[in-house]
Amino acid sequence: MIRVQAEDFDMGLEISRMTRDDTAIGGVCAFAGLVRDFGDSAAGGGAMTLEHYPGMTEKALAEIEAQAKARWPLQDSLIIHRYGRLEPGDNIVLVVAASAHREAAFEACHFLIDWLKTKAPFWKLEENADGAHWVEAKSRDDAAADKWSRSEEKE
Amino acid sequence: MKLIYFAWVREKAGKSKEEIPLPEGVKTVGDLLAWLAERDEKMATAFGDPSIIRAAVNQEHVSMDHELGENDEIAFFPPVTGG
Repeated sequence: MIRVQAEDFDMGLEISRMTRDDTAIGGVCAFAGLVRDFGDSAAGGGAMTLEHYPGMTEKALAEIEAQAKARWPLQDSLIIHRYGRLEPGDNIVLVVAASAHREAAFEACHFLIDWLKTKAPFWKLEENADGAHWVEAKSRDDAAADKWSRSEEKE
Repeated sequence: MKLIYFAWVREKAGKSKEEIPLPEGVKTVGDLLAWLAERDEKMATAFGDPSIIRAAVNQEHVSMDHELGENDEIAFFPPVTGG
């Protein structure tokens, strides 16, 4: 399941919901991304605003989830991504992969967040003492996503 | 065709979307980007460096050599930074 929302989420509740009615699940792996405090919050900064492309965001996340389901034997998966203005400590994203065994859950979870970071149309505007600036994409994020492309080609 | 801009591309362009007819001589996404950069000073700032701009057509990521149609929805934006 995918969800794009302004509201917060409760990671514990999301995972319990996924597992409570499915006794075929033997392992769950989750990754949560949060707004990190770079030291600007004391000066009233540190918040960020996430912009996204309504319509394409949902399509991109659904495609990423479908890819994970095609590559690993998953019982269930979940991607929640927030948008709007978020403060240090706030939840940004949650990805969860559930499978019979841990390997598939670990790998699928890692894949979901790596692909999401380079393919889902979100942009972060960070606030600090100097004002607001758009976060630049990191080449190491591309490298992390590429790692999964290469393993696909080998199959 | 419908054009949509995000993040600093939107800010520099001074608008979030617009409707324009497919310009003459524009065949690909890269052609359109070059055409936009020639329009005025604001657009030149937004589209002056194609190497830092990404594109989607009809809500799918595409490369600069993707061919355009009259009814396409084309989005221009910086490399994504979610997660």
